[in-house]
Amino acid sequence: MTAMPHSDEHKRRKARNIALAVVLFALVALFYFITIAKMTGVHPS
Amino acid sequence: MSDASFISERNEAGNAGLDAAYAKQGEARPADYLALLKPRVMSLVVFTGLVGLVLAPGHLHPTLAITALLCIAIGAGASGAINMWYDADIDAVMARTQGRPIPQGLVTPDEALGFGCVLSVASVIVMGLAVNWVAAAILALTIGFYVFIYTMWLKRRTPQNIVIGGAAGAFPPMIGWAAVTGDLSLLPILLFAIIFMWTPPHFWALALYRSDDYARAGVPMLPVVAGERETRRQIMIYSLLLVPLTLSPWFLGLVGPLYGVGAAVLGAFFLVLAFRIWRGTGDRAAKHMFAYSILYLFLLFALLLAEHGLGLGA
Repeated sequence: MTAMPHSDEHKRRKARNIALAVVLFALVALFYFITIAKMTGVHPS
Repeated sequence: MSDASFISERNEAGNAGLDAAYAKQGEARPADYLALLKPRVMSLVVFTGLVGLVLAPGHLHPTLAITALLCIAIGAGASGAINMWYDADIDAVMARTQGRPIPQGLVTPDEALGFGCVLSVASVIVMGLAVNWVAAAILALTIGFYVFIYTMWLKRRTPQNIVIGGAAGAFPPMIGWAAVTGDLSLLPILLFAIIFMWTPPHFWALALYRSDDYARAGVPMLPVVAGERETRRQIMIYSLLLVPLTLSPWFLGLVGPLYGVGAAVLGAFFLVLAFRIWRGTGDRAAKHMFAYSILYLFLLFALLLAEHGLGLGA
C-alpha cells in the first residue's frame, strides 16, 4: 500500500501542530523552572 | 484637510481587499502567527526592557528575569496582533503593511484577535504570578494603552496619535525595573521619557516619505494633515527636546560619564540629521533619520548596559 502524497494544506497543518507542541513543551519547562526558582531563588518581597 | 475627515471610518477599499483575501483561509504557517507579533518592534521593546531590568538595584533569579523578558516580549507582540486585527482594513491599502498575514488572507481577523487576547492575558498573569504584580500592572497598562488609546482611539483621529501613543512603546524599561524592585524610581521614569520623546521624530521621519501611503489609508499622520513643512519643523523641535533629555540621567548623577559622553555624541548626530530634514526637501534626509533613529535608541540603551557591565555607572 502506498501512502497518499501530502497536500500543501496537510504540510501547513503539520507545521502548525509541531509548533504548538513545541510551545506547550516550552511552557511546561518554563513553569517547572519558575517553580524551582520561586522555591529556592531570590526575588523581591 | 481637516482632522474630522479622517475620524474613525473603516477603510472601504481595505475592507474590499480583505474580503477577497479571506478566500485563502486556513493556510497560516507558524511563521504567519509569529509575524502577527511584530518581531522587529518586539526586539527593541525587549532590549529596552532588559536595560531597565539590568540597571535596577537588587537581584532577580535568572529564570525569573528571563520570564519577565519573555512576558514583555509576548505582551508587546500580543498587542501588535490585536493592532493588526483592528487595523486590517488600513493595512490592506498601505504598501508598507500589505504583506501582513491578515491582508494576505493567511490569518483571519478573528484568529488574530483571539491569538492576541490569549497572549495578552497570559503574559500579564505569568508576569504577576512569577515575578511581581507591579510589573504585571505596568505590562497590562502597556498593552491596554497600545490597543485602546493608540490603536482604537488616537490613530485614526489625530496627528498627535504617535505623540501620545508613543507612551506604549516607552513603558518596557519601567516594566524591567519594576520586575526587579517591585517599584519605580527616577531613572526608569527618565528612560520612559527618552523613548516617549524619541517616538515622534522617529515616526514622523517615516511618515514624511510614506505620506501618500498614510493619506490613502486615511491615517491623519502629521505630514498628511499639517503638511511636510510643519512636520519637518516638529521633528526639529522634538529632537531639540530629546537630546537634553537623554543627557539628564548623567546630569542628575544617575549614570556615569561613558553614557553621558556617548549620548552627547549620538545626540549631536541626531540633531544634524534633524537639521537636514528641517532645512531640506525630498525624502533622503528623512530616510536617514528614520534608519539612524532606530540605531540611536539602540546605542543609547546599549551604552547604559555597557557602562553597568563595566562597573562604570554612577
